[in-house]
Amino acid sequence: MTYLDHAATTPMITQARDAYLAAATTTGNASSLHSGGRAARRIVEESRETVADRLKATPGEVIFTSGATESNNLAVKGLYWSRRNADPRRRRILVSPTEHHAVLDVVEWLVEHEQAVVDMLPVDADGRIAPDDVAEAVDKAADEAALLTTMWANNEVGTINPIPSIASVAAERGLPFHTDAVQAVGQITMGFDIDGVTALSMTGHKLGGPTGVGALLLRTDAQVVPLAHGGGQERDVRSGTLDVAGIAALAAAVTAAVDGREAEAKRLTTLRNRLIDGVRRVVPDAVLNGPIDQRLPGNVHFSFPGCEGDALLMLLDAAGVECATGSACSAGVAQPSHVLSAMGASAAHARSSLRFSLGHTSCEADVDVVLAALPTVVERARAAGLS
Amino acid sequence: MSLRVLAAMSGGVDSAVAAARAVDAGYDVTGVHLALSSNPKTFRSGARGCCTLEDSRDARRAADVIGIPFYIWDMAERFREDVVDDFVAEYAAGRTPNPCLRCNEKIKFAAVLDRAVALGFDAVVTGHHARLTDGMLRRSVDQGKDQSYVLAVLTSEQLSRAVFPLGDSTKEEVRAEAAQRDLAVADKPDSHDICFIADGDTRGFLNRELGTKTGDIVDGTTGEVVGSHEGAHQYTIGQRHGLGLTRPAADGKPRYVLSITPVDNTVTVGPRQALDVDVVHGDKPVWTQGRTIEGPFECEVQLRAHGECYPATVTVDGDTLTARLHGVASGVAAGQAMVVYRPDEEGDTVLASATISRTESLATSSA
Repeated sequence: MTYLDHAATTPMITQARDAYLAAATTTGNASSLHSGGRAARRIVEESRETVADRLKATPGEVIFTSGATESNNLAVKGLYWSRRNADPRRRRILVSPTEHHAVLDVVEWLVEHEQAVVDMLPVDADGRIAPDDVAEAVDKAADEAALLTTMWANNEVGTINPIPSIASVAAERGLPFHTDAVQAVGQITMGFDIDGVTALSMTGHKLGGPTGVGALLLRTDAQVVPLAHGGGQERDVRSGTLDVAGIAALAAAVTAAVDGREAEAKRLTTLRNRLIDGVRRVVPDAVLNGPIDQRLPGNVHFSFPGCEGDALLMLLDAAGVECATGSACSAGVAQPSHVLSAMGASAAHARSSLRFSLGHTSCEADVDVVLAALPTVVERARAAGLS
Repeated sequence: MSLRVLAAMSGGVDSAVAAARAVDAGYDVTGVHLALSSNPKTFRSGARGCCTLEDSRDARRAADVIGIPFYIWDMAERFREDVVDDFVAEYAAGRTPNPCLRCNEKIKFAAVLDRAVALGFDAVVTGHHARLTDGMLRRSVDQGKDQSYVLAVLTSEQLSRAVFPLGDSTKEEVRAEAAQRDLAVADKPDSHDICFIADGDTRGFLNRELGTKTGDIVDGTTGEVVGSHEGAHQYTIGQRHGLGLTRPAADGKPRYVLSITPVDNTVTVGPRQALDVDVVHGDKPVWTQGRTIEGPFECEVQLRAHGECYPATVTVDGDTLTARLHGVASGVAAGQAMVVYRPDEEGDTVLASATISRTESLATSSA
């Protein structure tokens, strides 16, 4: 199979697997006081230091979670509740419309159940947020602003947001700012050392670690109401027995991804451009979604006019190519992508889109397989049309 | 190269076994679950539909066990337009539609089949209980489960791209085979109700869609108003219960719905015998074997799903198919299909179907 869905999840790297197995064979709860417990805790703390180092944070800022969905929930709900508790006027959440559902649906839940109000930020045709628009929105919300949340890089179309500039807008106005950096870690130059970023979500399985483990980087002075209550682990913000093996594997994956980032990004960018050029050659009317510059190195996202993304996916799957349409809803029925809609695309354009995301196992042969399969696949899907 | 077929998998036992048999037969099979509701309920509640997330999971698990690729196709919009809206419009017009038949005609063997063919498939496999031999549609060996009636609306072109692997088996055999194949749906209950009315309350569904409107219930013999109703769409020809009549009939016998007139929102009732008809007219005949048979010819007609079969003489006049029954039928509703069968010891074959437009009773006056 030609696997081109690395943005969904990427195969675990050897270092992460080794770290996982080594830690999984030890005995001891990291909160226990005996020697086994201390050994487990040592693995956790060393991993914390490693993750902090690679993401330009301090160890105290690293809170291990079960992944990005939990990190996003903890940051957005936790910040909202603590801000509103401190001042009941603060009910406005400033959010970008291109966020992952793990942020958008959290905000929506707060609107339905916790009297939050949404201020949707504008995005341009590439799905990018302009810092000036953020400043305007924050100033308008004034004393009612609870928090700002915008993703670092978009999972669907690969657009990279100007997070440092957005963060300084938040810093100048003293507004808590959360960023979902799931797609950015190990892909682009980034870190938690930017003034104005209050919280940052990341996960292991997008960079060669296991699923089920991630982190929220959180300023030590940030006030966050926890989602779950219990043993008081992780600064009392995230209770629950620590997943020692998962955390060890996460640290190994972050290390490899960040240390190898520059060379890998260069390699993937070349491969990506080869795929983009190739698609344009074999399907001349295909439309690239998202920007050329400031795009994730491994992201290729096209609309194929007159084709249903679902049909393309099924035909490519049969031809040995694994890729993705937009985000899928719980029933597995593809909905027109909210990201493309926010970028001003028509429903038909959105439904005809397909994402190829490259990663550490990708090579030139993968690109060739896609380009060889694509003309027939597009022709057939076009014959089937938009249902 | 083996034939590429698309197996429509509802999440039930029949379509799962049908898909498995297609694999055994050497076809290259891809499983597809049709999402027919844009807002599916997570779990079954009350009567079973076939559009819940649990059903799509059941279909997926069956595909896993069978070892075939599996996808979900969103057919919600087409289903809404071609089946649900049609269902509501038919009731509003005083007729009694059969949505399963409409779904086969417009969705499974039209929208889905067309898409499948365009995508490179040769045929669609379903778990219907019916046989297809040499292009002829036949009743299933399981008379009680036979679904040839709801398939009789398919043209010969549609049937040429259909595969029904279950027609030679009884439902019991299908369930046993599912268990033997380790398919978890082996003992899943049958669906009996209309899939898009999950709670089984058709009247409530129609009231929500069409609203309620008070009208008269009139005695067909005397012309007297004998009760009132909240919407003519709530009634079906032949219905006896739930009429809420305020006056008993002169003869003291039960009253039945004889006709529904949406124009003045009137429901006409009368005695049991007034339901008897011996001539049935149908519109838009479909000849499942591809050629029109010039009448008159002798055959049997079935006038509702799982209903009785009546020996009849059929004549064809342009776009109208007329059956003169050799006996009488009772409670024949416009909107239902009249399916014409040729009796056969090897399994009755379907010759044609038509949508019942009106009925007559030559013994008395027209009904």
